[in-house]
Amino acid sequence: MKERTLTLALMDPPYESANSTTAFRIIYAALEQGINVNVFAYEGAVCLALKDQSPHANPVKGTSLDDEEHPTTKAFVSSLLAMGVDKPRLTWVNCGLCVDERGAANAVDGVRRGSPADFFKMAGESTNTLVIPTK
Amino acid sequence: MTEYVLIESRDPFESRDTEFVEQTAIAIKERGHRVTVFLLQNGVFAARKTMSRLQRLADAGVIVLADDFSLRERGITAAELAQGVEESGINSLVDTITQPNTKAIWH
Repeated sequence: MKERTLTLALMDPPYESANSTTAFRIIYAALEQGINVNVFAYEGAVCLALKDQSPHANPVKGTSLDDEEHPTTKAFVSSLLAMGVDKPRLTWVNCGLCVDERGAANAVDGVRRGSPADFFKMAGESTNTLVIPTK
Repeated sequence: MTEYVLIESRDPFESRDTEFVEQTAIAIKERGHRVTVFLLQNGVFAARKTMSRLQRLADAGVIVLADDFSLRERGITAAELAQGVEESGINSLVDTITQPNTKAIWH
């Protein structure tokens, strides 16, 4: 079968919506099937890959950092980028203007800065494009 | 013929505009295209047999699928699914939306 590429546009910030979890599941499933994936992270979604995120203990429940095993979205992004390092390839582009507005330039390795022009190009070169908007 | 995949993520009790997706699916089907409504996240609440609203989709020949992960998260078993709703998964969704001549729309 001809090589397939799926482009996703994400907009939700981390820890807000089930959309982020679903997006990660879609990316994982696509890479597992050998499908290339492009992600254009827009608006709050640029914070999904923010390196400054840190897991935390829960003082209310008295649980430690290890007990909590708090998943961060930056860890999911890094794992997916590691899966998609070559073939299939995961390309993750953060909207530069959205990054600047949020002070979110410190992204995990493998994420690059871009613009909606990148999204336009990626969509044009893909088998299909799925936009996952905020509600 | 184009294949349309309408992805419904919203709870029908919370979002009145889920009806718009159902109407759109039927209208596209009537124009001779293949249509799938894929329920996920809170959208799977509409898949239960205690609700009858999706019957008109099945009657119109629209394929209605419900994401297994979303069903499990919400404690909905396969036995509780309405007639015409099939349990599916994210792998199937990804495979479908990466086929040529397929349009994927998220709601």
